[in-house]
Amino acid sequence: MVAIPSRHRSLVLLTIVVVVQVLLLAVQIQHTDKEGENRSLIRSWSVGLISPFERAGAWGVGKIRGTWRHYFALSDTSRENERLKQENDALKLEITQLRGKASEADRLARLLNFRESQEHVPMVGARVIGTGPDANSAVIYLDRGQRDGIKKNMGVITPDGVVGKVIESFSDTAQVLLLTDRDSGVGAMIEESRIQSPVGGNGEPLLNMKYISNDDEVKIGEHVVTSGMDRIFPRDLPVGTIAEVKQGTPPFKLVRVRPSAQLEKLEEVIVLLTTDPVVMKKKPEDAVTTNPSSSATKDAKPKPVTGKRSQETAARNPDNSQ
Amino acid sequence: MNDTFDLRSGETHIEVHKFRGGTIVLATIFALVIQAFLPVYIPKVAIVDLPLLITIYFGLSRRNPSTGLLLGMVVGLLQDSLSKTPLGLFGIAKTLIGFVASSIGGKLDTEHPAARFALTVVFFALHQGIIVLVQRLLLAHAEPWFTIRLAIAALVNAFVGVFLYFILDRLRRS
Repeated sequence: MVAIPSRHRSLVLLTIVVVVQVLLLAVQIQHTDKEGENRSLIRSWSVGLISPFERAGAWGVGKIRGTWRHYFALSDTSRENERLKQENDALKLEITQLRGKASEADRLARLLNFRESQEHVPMVGARVIGTGPDANSAVIYLDRGQRDGIKKNMGVITPDGVVGKVIESFSDTAQVLLLTDRDSGVGAMIEESRIQSPVGGNGEPLLNMKYISNDDEVKIGEHVVTSGMDRIFPRDLPVGTIAEVKQGTPPFKLVRVRPSAQLEKLEEVIVLLTTDPVVMKKKPEDAVTTNPSSSATKDAKPKPVTGKRSQETAARNPDNSQ
Repeated sequence: MNDTFDLRSGETHIEVHKFRGGTIVLATIFALVIQAFLPVYIPKVAIVDLPLLITIYFGLSRRNPSTGLLLGMVVGLLQDSLSKTPLGLFGIAKTLIGFVASSIGGKLDTEHPAARFALTVVFFALHQGIIVLVQRLLLAHAEPWFTIRLAIAALVNAFVGVFLYFILDRLRRS
């Protein structure tokens, strides 16, 4: 214990006594601070005395902790950074896969919807598993073949429109010639004016509509649908939209048609399992909706049959026309 | 125990006085009672601070700073407890007065009435100054440092003190 010189003992005692009484006063005195809060003076003093040390301590601890974390404790940071990068890459890949699956789900839903709206037409869905190795030939391969009832010259479509026709059918695979191929062709007509002309490919993204007379009025943007005259595709399936109209070899115009089906991005298609004339319910584009519960799709009424062939077909198969 | 002894041998001969048993306690209680009782009937008597005079007297007589400050503390806290002031206001003031009085009493001859009068005036002023200081610092009361009334009170207390000290001298051990 610290020895206090005798001559200072009374001073020490005085100090203690006065301090004790000051504290006693501080306990009793109510102090009003700048904010109008009423609290005891001893509390204000205590807080005022302690808080600077607390602030200094907190500041010091924060600095030390920050220094430690940001400069010294970095041994795991590199590993964690590497792990996070890998996790990020994996997540990116997963997102891409999920987007693809979502897109696929949309497409499949549209196919299913289309099939449901055309229940009377025998058809089967197929997945595109490959394309032709020759850049000049527009062909694709499907994952279904003879075992699924697919035969040569059957029509291949999507809910968007005509794709092409089966040119070879193997046991589990089928080869399809796309509309854009030079050797391809489909009986078609302009939807509004009902002017008929075959549409064929020329190796380019746009199709050619042949044999439109210079006397016929054709407008860009008009829709081209199947005429059913080729006995492969039912009539009124979308073929494309008129994109260009030029002067062709007299006496015909050169009409260029943009295919309705996205022939460059085919992944799933529908093969019509019949070579007999059938009538599709109108409007196929209504069935393109992604909402399977759409009453408009299910209740879609077929467009009145106008063609002679179709009238005959409808007369033979009245149920199919509903 | 001897009544008196030499505080500092070889220098001025200053005595430390002893009192009969219970004198200090009884004198303190008497002063507090009178201080609380008499102004009820004679309001002007309130100007006299009997506990302060008791603290000064025994501080000067005992000449022991520790005893003086403890006596001042007790008297002051008792005075606080009997008044509406917060505990410690008079306690601090009288603690310091007791300490200073005891310290001065050991160095000066305070037996002469004139010296006692002067010292009482000084101690009263110091006591009042401490109270005002504490009030200003702790209570935020802007009390005046000096008024005519305080000056008169200092003189009255010194005058009363001289007579009171004379009476209390009778209680010393002879």
